[in-house]
Amino acid sequence: MSGNVGNVIERSPAGGGPRPPARHAVPASPSAPPRRAAKRLRAWLGSGAVQAVLTLVALIWITPLAGLLLSSMRSDRDNASSGWWTALTDPGQLSLDNYTALLADSGITRAFWNTVLISVPATVLVVGLAALAGYAFAWLEFPGRDAVFLVVVGLLVVPVQIGLLPVAKLFGAVGLFGTVPGVVLFHVAYGLPFAIFLLRNFFAEIPREMLEAARMDGGGEWRIFSRLVLPLGRPALASLAIFQFLWVWNDMLVALLFADSGSQPLTVALQQEMRQFGSNISVLAPGAFLSLVVPLVVFFAFQRHFVQGVMAGSVK
Amino acid sequence: MAVTSSAPAAAVTPRRRAQRRRRAAAALFVLPALLLLGALVVYPVLFSIGRSLFDAGGERFVGVANYTAMFRDPATLTAIRNSTIWVVVAPVLLTGVGLVLAVLTEKVRWATAFKLVLFLPMAVSFLAAGIVFRLAYEEEPDRGVLNAVAVGVHDVFTEQSPYPEARAREGHGLTAGSDGSYRTDAAADTGGSVSLGFVGLTPDAVPAGARPAQDAAARTAAADEVRGVVYLDFTPGGAGTPGAVDPEENGLPGMAVEAVRDGEVVASATTADDGSFAFTGLQAGSYTVQLPEKNFAPPYQGVSWLGPALVTPAIIGAYLWIWTGFAMVLIGAGLSALPRDALEAARMDGANEWQIFRKITVPLLAPVLTVVFVTLVINVMKVFDLVYIIAPGPVQEEASVLATRMWLVSFGGGNDQGLGSALSVLLLLLVVPAMIFNIRRFRGSRK
Repeated sequence: MSGNVGNVIERSPAGGGPRPPARHAVPASPSAPPRRAAKRLRAWLGSGAVQAVLTLVALIWITPLAGLLLSSMRSDRDNASSGWWTALTDPGQLSLDNYTALLADSGITRAFWNTVLISVPATVLVVGLAALAGYAFAWLEFPGRDAVFLVVVGLLVVPVQIGLLPVAKLFGAVGLFGTVPGVVLFHVAYGLPFAIFLLRNFFAEIPREMLEAARMDGGGEWRIFSRLVLPLGRPALASLAIFQFLWVWNDMLVALLFADSGSQPLTVALQQEMRQFGSNISVLAPGAFLSLVVPLVVFFAFQRHFVQGVMAGSVK
Repeated sequence: MAVTSSAPAAAVTPRRRAQRRRRAAAALFVLPALLLLGALVVYPVLFSIGRSLFDAGGERFVGVANYTAMFRDPATLTAIRNSTIWVVVAPVLLTGVGLVLAVLTEKVRWATAFKLVLFLPMAVSFLAAGIVFRLAYEEEPDRGVLNAVAVGVHDVFTEQSPYPEARAREGHGLTAGSDGSYRTDAAADTGGSVSLGFVGLTPDAVPAGARPAQDAAARTAAADEVRGVVYLDFTPGGAGTPGAVDPEENGLPGMAVEAVRDGEVVASATTADDGSFAFTGLQAGSYTVQLPEKNFAPPYQGVSWLGPALVTPAIIGAYLWIWTGFAMVLIGAGLSALPRDALEAARMDGANEWQIFRKITVPLLAPVLTVVFVTLVINVMKVFDLVYIIAPGPVQEEASVLATRMWLVSFGGGNDQGLGSALSVLLLLLVVPAMIFNIRRFRGSRK
């Protein structure tokens, strides 16, 4: 694997997809008869230690999330006086009261819907626009195509920070500042370079003969794009959509600047509760969990595309 | 697409028309994306570069003054220092840990489940991760899981002091030393006894086995002895006399007591259930009775994770939690693509696992490790949310990195858009090598 983004997408590195049977490096191969028993014993001990280490690591990884979940179900009084782990032996502390209170809070539910209203269009637009551009960069000829594409590749790593101030001024001038469409447009613009890059590379792998044949049949470019390219590109489109959706759903920085109190997503609404962290756990912990539910569902429902999308998107 | 002019007109026109149609289609396909990129990415880059050459309000051209100011402003210097720590530490740790875990997971049957667990935090927003770790780093060991573990481990290895809250009743014969110990004002002669009263303990801080100290206090010492009681000089309801051992007052068991002569500890004892102690077999003379500070040392309270000293390592820890799965899975993919023959051959030749790891796996994986490392450097450079969320208000400045500093300067009250723009340009300059790396790699992959 050369580290090329396209490769990551095509190869499924991990996740729930079909995988070759696990390779066991340690057990002695049957073709090595001498001292087999001793070797096997050592291998077993070695793998016992490996099992123990990995189990410990997995536990460490799960603990913070378990802590968040349990804290989110305890009252502020319990959270102030004892640790969440006491709930393991005293489950009576746990209740859904925090969640009922949270869902009754119109500010929070509004912020949740804003998150949806920002994430869904930002995802659809990025995938749509990037698919169009990606196809053009891969298969249509126009002057300056390769140079423009190299610029797009260069834009891949431009940090969003550099756009904050100028775009804020721009949006202020046209009345988009503090609105949901403003936040969406910013996300789309900064999501596009990677999306175009990914899709162009994927579409470029489509065999030339297939496209030529479609053109011979008299299909217009739009027809070829929608009937042939999009269906063929489905795996890349899915990975991209999942990556972009999570990126926007989990964003705080962009919305912190571009959204006002009426259009702010969940991350920003919760961030404002951070100032009194200690006394606000009954809002923050269930709020954080609420914001986690959607990504977690996406994660478990689309494990393979999720892993591939995140892998590919990491070049950003 | 060279169409020669000598070609028959009848053949050229439809082909020309098709070509023109295709060009129009291309324009329609690319333009929406390019317009957005131009207006919201390319233009802002140029604008920021220009804006960084003007002063805070944007009226006066100052040249590179904002860039030189960056390296004089102490708060910005802190941010630069912290960003450097981040970039040096986080990618190295992540690549290293990812590599080790990727190699280890190859050896177990539940590799997929393990990868899933470690990858899970990638789905979590930095905000949620921030809240998760604010909870975990809570300093109070009763609330923060990390300090609960730290205190638990610490207390296994060191003895806890029995009476951290106790203090001597003032004016009744005991003086506090500067180290937290207590010693008697008057010397105790052999054959004498002392009663040492303490207060400040809640009744439930006295061990369950404690018994009243009055009988023991009345006992007389032998000629070669110094005896005494250590007791809680407090009768519930307030009926007792300060400085005297009243009937209901309990002894304090388990207190370490020392007899000191000429500045040297000559005998030591531990109080019984009724608070009594005795030094026997002493040379005749006078002694000072001392209660060493280990009786009163405050309990270990764990580590101040989010204090000024540790806040950056603590946030890097949270970052590791999020990104280790990424490094591991990517390296794991590279690992499974390694030529098995080389590994098998080495194993046949009797190489042990460590030698195989050092001499074969790591060198073969070098390209993958580079990609992981570069990717992480780019991401670490831009880290913002996690620092913004985890660092509590008072230590925000100690924890700040370039991105948070840029935010603070431009929007968070600093209101210096000149310096803010200069900082964002600096961020851009720092990722330019990655930009070139990407373009090179792309061009290379096309050839």
